Amino acid sequence: MRKPFILRLLSSLDSKQWLALGVFLALALVAVPVLHLAVPEESAFHVSTYAITLVGKIMCYALVAVAMDLIWGYGGILSLGHGLFFALGGYAFGMYLMRQIGRDGSYQSDLPDFMVFLDWKELPWFWLGSDHIGWMGFLVLAVPAAVAFVFGYFAFRSRIKGVYFSIITQALTYAAMLLFFRNETGFGGNNGFTDFKRILGYGITTSEMRLVLFGLTALALAATLVFAAWLVKSKFGRVLTAIRDAESRVMFIGYNPLWYKLTIWVISAVLCGIAGALYVPQVGIINPSEMSPGNSIEIAIWVAVGGRGTLIGPVIGAFVVNLAKSWFTVSFPEYWLFFLGLLFIVVTLMLPQGLVGLWKKVMEKKGAVA
Amino acid sequence: MISYLNPAPDDRPEGSDGIDQMGHFVTGELDLSHGVALYLEDITVSFDGFKALNNLNLAIDAGELRCIIGPNGAGKTTMMDVITGKTRPDSGKAFFGQTIDLTRLTEPEIAHVGIGRKFQKPTIFEQHTVFENLELAMKTDKRVWKSLMAWLAGDERDKIAETLRLIRLDKEADRQAGLLSHGQKQWLEIGMLLMQEPKLLLLDEPVAGMTDDETMRTAELFVSLAGKHSLVVVEHDMAFVEKLGGKVTVLHEGSVLAEGDLATVQNDQRVIEVYLGR
Repeated sequence: MRKPFILRLLSSLDSKQWLALGVFLALALVAVPVLHLAVPEESAFHVSTYAITLVGKIMCYALVAVAMDLIWGYGGILSLGHGLFFALGGYAFGMYLMRQIGRDGSYQSDLPDFMVFLDWKELPWFWLGSDHIGWMGFLVLAVPAAVAFVFGYFAFRSRIKGVYFSIITQALTYAAMLLFFRNETGFGGNNGFTDFKRILGYGITTSEMRLVLFGLTALALAATLVFAAWLVKSKFGRVLTAIRDAESRVMFIGYNPLWYKLTIWVISAVLCGIAGALYVPQVGIINPSEMSPGNSIEIAIWVAVGGRGTLIGPVIGAFVVNLAKSWFTVSFPEYWLFFLGLLFIVVTLMLPQGLVGLWKKVMEKKGAVA
Repeated sequence: MISYLNPAPDDRPEGSDGIDQMGHFVTGELDLSHGVALYLEDITVSFDGFKALNNLNLAIDAGELRCIIGPNGAGKTTMMDVITGKTRPDSGKAFFGQTIDLTRLTEPEIAHVGIGRKFQKPTIFEQHTVFENLELAMKTDKRVWKSLMAWLAGDERDKIAETLRLIRLDKEADRQAGLLSHGQKQWLEIGMLLMQEPKLLLLDEPVAGMTDDETMRTAELFVSLAGKHSLVVVEHDMAFVEKLGGKVTVLHEGSVLAEGDLATVQNDQRVIEVYLGR
């Protein structure tokens, strides 16, 4: 008897995990809006706009970290170019946001300001349809997927592995950054896109819009976790970890690793694209620095800190590292990178399973004592 | 012999070049109608000028159990690499049955047409349970979409349970495979091969690291498999080879030195020289 797909999806989390997910969604979709809108600002329980934007941003990072965990933790493929897919999703949605500015830009033109500045008379072909949210939403998924597919196909077919693959992905995101820096590329050069005004005609800086974006991000993160849990528990997930552990054996029992790697690679890239699209309206800017090699390395650090191959670990890692970052960069801005490097070394040497591994060890010891 | 190595096209017996004429049809169904399961002709593989295989000729009958012996560097593992698609020969032919040209298929494709391989060092999925190891190896559609939607049917569970009993790991089914003893890992890998339902099994030193008792049980298993499957066993353990009882091929410097039953081969003067040194 085959089990219906929806039941399989439901059984990919146990009851405790569903409960935790439910609590998380209740907080994000009910508690935060109430505490933001209904509680007066002087109250200690008021959730500030700053907090909403910060947590919303980190949830986008957490989504990227889960995507990274799928390819690195389960597939054993360390990508140091995931910032590219994140930025591509962000740029695709940013194009829509630029068009929503309409004639409210500095030059009161139908064209985005940077095009007027470059003395362009009409939209380039690839901006066609950028005023339709449906089409740009499609591109948020399709562009990272297409780039990942083409790059992944050739890399995996040539059996490029390990550190070589990581270095090539670094080069890929760096090359893309240089490309996007050019004004002629048509994405605003080094300034990128900013000064967004509206989504679907509604003001982007209103409390309501912020809460909607915050809620959507929380939903996207929750859905991604359920999807990823199902994926890694399916036979596909078992083949994937088998490829990570003994690729030649996988080949000799008749699986072609190329398509398995490519599938998880593309899925991972699409998830990053979604995260980027949710990120841009919340922080209000996208520029080529999102593609800088350092950003992609940071993603790997979140996952390593939280714990590879655990799905929830990367979420925790993304929150811990980014909360530390927002505190550090205010209090001791010049020491942040030193701290990040130190964190990476400490985690690699002393916590190979990350914070989740540490937690498990502590619980085991407790169990042994009791 | 010499004339057979380089026949003029017109001199070939009728039908023998049908393979070439069929072009891309060579990857069709396994055809064992002529009684030959594996056929290697003039296979040469060189690495930086060193000839790992040098005009190797070998034919394995359907249902045969063949042992391959030979000193280190004789080309045993390279031969398996050629048969399973890991290494492409510089020249020569490698056919599985009458129609399947192994030199044109990839590793997963060769696995699908029915060749299973056991590595010298036991290669299993250490992070998976014993049960999952067998599940992954099971003969089925192994494309991505099917794996995403896969769900074990009752008869598939039965098949796994049956193999677990055969390799005597039914009590370890839910244990992580990496925690098994060396001998158990060897058995698990053999079990994984059986789950693939291959027509030809290539076994590279299958009893290395096994106890005497395990070795003898393995020999019994292999003998029982012969007939339904063809087996090619590379082994150094002469007691094991004797127990298997099949024909023995001696490889030396990339080609066949001698072939026959174990006693004949062991009394062959050239074989003795190769093994004892000149």
